[in-house]
Amino acid sequence: MSDRGTLNRIIALRHNRAVWPLLALALILIVDGFISPNFFDIRIVEGRLFGNLIDILYRAVPAALIALGMAVVIGTKGIDLSVGSIIAICGAVIAWRIQAGDPHLLILFYALVAGAVCGVWNGFLVAGLGIQPIIATLVLMVAGRGIGLLINLFYGGTNPSFESELLQGLSTGNIWLIPTRLFVALGLFLALWALIRRTALGLFIEAVGGNAAASNLAGVNSRLVTFFAYVICGVMAAAAGVIMTADTHTSDPVSVAMYSELDAILAVVIGGASLAGGRVFLGMTVIGALVIQALTTSILISGLPPEYNLVIKALVVMAVLFLQSDNARSAISRLIPGGSR
Amino acid sequence: MLKNALAGAAFAVSALVCSTAFAQTIGFSQVGSEGDWRPAFSANMQESAKDYGIDLKFANAQGKQEEQLRAVRAFIAQGVDAIIIAPVVVTGWDQVLQEAKEAEIPIFLVDRDVEVKDPSLYVTRISADFNLEGKLAGAWLAAESKGTCKIVELQGTTGSAPAIERKKGFEAVIGQFPAMEIVATQSGDFTTEGGKKVMEAFIKSTNNLDGICASFAHNDNMQLGAIQAMKEAGLKPGKDVLMVSVDYVPAIVEALKAGEANASVELRSAVGKFIYPVILDYLKSPQELPKWIVIPSDLHTAN
Repeated sequence: MSDRGTLNRIIALRHNRAVWPLLALALILIVDGFISPNFFDIRIVEGRLFGNLIDILYRAVPAALIALGMAVVIGTKGIDLSVGSIIAICGAVIAWRIQAGDPHLLILFYALVAGAVCGVWNGFLVAGLGIQPIIATLVLMVAGRGIGLLINLFYGGTNPSFESELLQGLSTGNIWLIPTRLFVALGLFLALWALIRRTALGLFIEAVGGNAAASNLAGVNSRLVTFFAYVICGVMAAAAGVIMTADTHTSDPVSVAMYSELDAILAVVIGGASLAGGRVFLGMTVIGALVIQALTTSILISGLPPEYNLVIKALVVMAVLFLQSDNARSAISRLIPGGSR
Repeated sequence: MLKNALAGAAFAVSALVCSTAFAQTIGFSQVGSEGDWRPAFSANMQESAKDYGIDLKFANAQGKQEEQLRAVRAFIAQGVDAIIIAPVVVTGWDQVLQEAKEAEIPIFLVDRDVEVKDPSLYVTRISADFNLEGKLAGAWLAAESKGTCKIVELQGTTGSAPAIERKKGFEAVIGQFPAMEIVATQSGDFTTEGGKKVMEAFIKSTNNLDGICASFAHNDNMQLGAIQAMKEAGLKPGKDVLMVSVDYVPAIVEALKAGEANASVELRSAVGKFIYPVILDYLKSPQELPKWIVIPSDLHTAN
C-alpha cells in the first residue's frame, strides 16, 4: 500500500515544473559518465577544486547571469536580443579604461554603468517609445559590437589584452577551494531574488507581463516596471561581461558572447517560463543554464568531430523541450496501451 | 623673383594635375573588422596605398556578403581603375564579377578565395597560403619533438577556409611521422574564449594533458585562451606542452617572450607591399597572371 503511495507521489511529481529540467540535467551527466569514466572526479589543483562538474558550474556562471536578466525581461512579455552586444561594450570599456590607467575598482563600476546605460536605452525604446521589444533591442544587438570596436579604437586597439588582479580575481580566482565567480553568481542571484521576490517588483513584473492594460488600471505603472526590467537585464549582462572579459584577459567585441542571447532565452524556456510573459522563475532559469552548459561540456569531452556540435545540441534541446511539453507527454501516454489516464 | 615664384607655382600645379591624372583609384571591399589580425590588415592597406600614390576607396562589409556586393557595384558605378575584394564567402560571385568585367574593371582577390565558373572573372588572388601555414607549424613541431608527439588541436570555425586548409597542411606533414598523431580536436571558433573552454575540457579528458606533447591552434587567439586554461590548471604551457599556432599577433609575441608559447606562423598583416605592386604593374601593362600569387609565410619562435 505504501509502495502505491510512493508511486502516486512520483507520478504526481511530473506536474512539478522543476522535475523535467532536472531530469534532463541528470540524464546528460549520466551519459557523460559513460563517455568519460573519470568524468565525476574532483581533485584539488592549484588550490582549487578541479573537475568536469566544477567546470560545468564555472562555465555556466556568465550564461546564468545573462539568463537571469533575460528571465526578468521575458517576465514582462519582452525580450532582450542585445545582451551579447552589451557584453562586447562592457569588455571594450574595461580594456580601454585599463589601458588609460584608471583604478580597477572604478573600472568595475564603469563596466556595470555601461551595462545599465545600455539597459536604459533598451528600456527607453520599449517602454518610452513603445517599440516592440524584439525590434527595439535588435538596434543595440546590431550596433553594440560596432560601438565596442569604436571604443577599442580610442587606444589604437591593436592589442586589447590586459591584466587586472581585481577583475581576474573575480573571474578566475578562488576563495578557499571554490572559484570566486560562483560566489559572485550566488550574490547576484540572491540580490536579484530579494529584489524580485521580497519586494513588490516581482509581482508588478508578472502583472505587467500577464496583462499590461489590466495592471495599469490596477495602478501599476507598467511603463516604469518594463523600463526597470531592461535596466536589470543590462546590469546582469554587464556582470557576465566583466567575468567573460576578465576570463580571456582581452576585449574581442566582434566575437565575444556570440549567440549568448539565444542561449539565455533557451535557458529561460528550459526553466519553464513562457515567452508570452507573466512568470519569472529565477531558480529554474539557473537550472536551464546548467543544462545548456552540461551539454556543451559533454560535447567537448565526447571526442566527436566539431562538425556535429550544433546538431547534437539542437537534438538534445529538442528532447528536453519535448519532455517538458504537456501535449507531447500526453500524446505519448495515449500511444502506450494502458498508459492513458 | 616673382617670375620664378610663378613658374614654381605653375610647376607645382601641373605636378598636382599630373599626379591626379595618373593616380590610380582602387576600391577595396574588406570582410569586416573581427579579431586582431583584420583591423591591422585594413590599416596597412590604407597606409601603404598612400606610399604608392593610390587613391583607395575603402568599404567595410561588416561580415555580410550583400554589403560587399553593394560596395563592389558602387565601385563599378564610380568607374574605379581596379577593385580589390577580400571575400566574405567563397560562393555567389559570378554575377557581380561579370558586371565588373563588362565595365572593364580588373578584380583582384586578397585573403580568401572565391569559386566562380569562369576563372577569367578575376585577374589573380594575392594572399598567404593557409595550407602552407599548417605545413610550417607541422614541420616545426616534427623537428622540435623529433617526430614523436601526441597533439591536441584547436580548430578554427568549423567549415571556414583557414580552418580546413591549416588542418590539411598540418596533417600532411605529421602524416609523414608514424609516431605523431592528433589525439583530440575541437573547434574553438578562432576566439580566446573558445580556445580556453576547449582546452579546459581537453585537460579533464586527458587527465591533465598526460602524455600530450603539443597544442596546435589554428590561430593565436585560441592558443592564448589555451595558455590561460593550462596555467589555471597548474600546467606550464611552453614547457610541459609545446605550443604552436598561426597569426603572430602582438599578444602571442609577448607569450613567446615569456616562454609560454613556442612558435607562431606569421600571417602577415603588412601585405600592401605585396599587393599594390602587382596591381599597379597590371594596370600599366595588362597581362595574364598566375591565378594565385602566394605571400610568403614566416615562422617565429621564442628565441
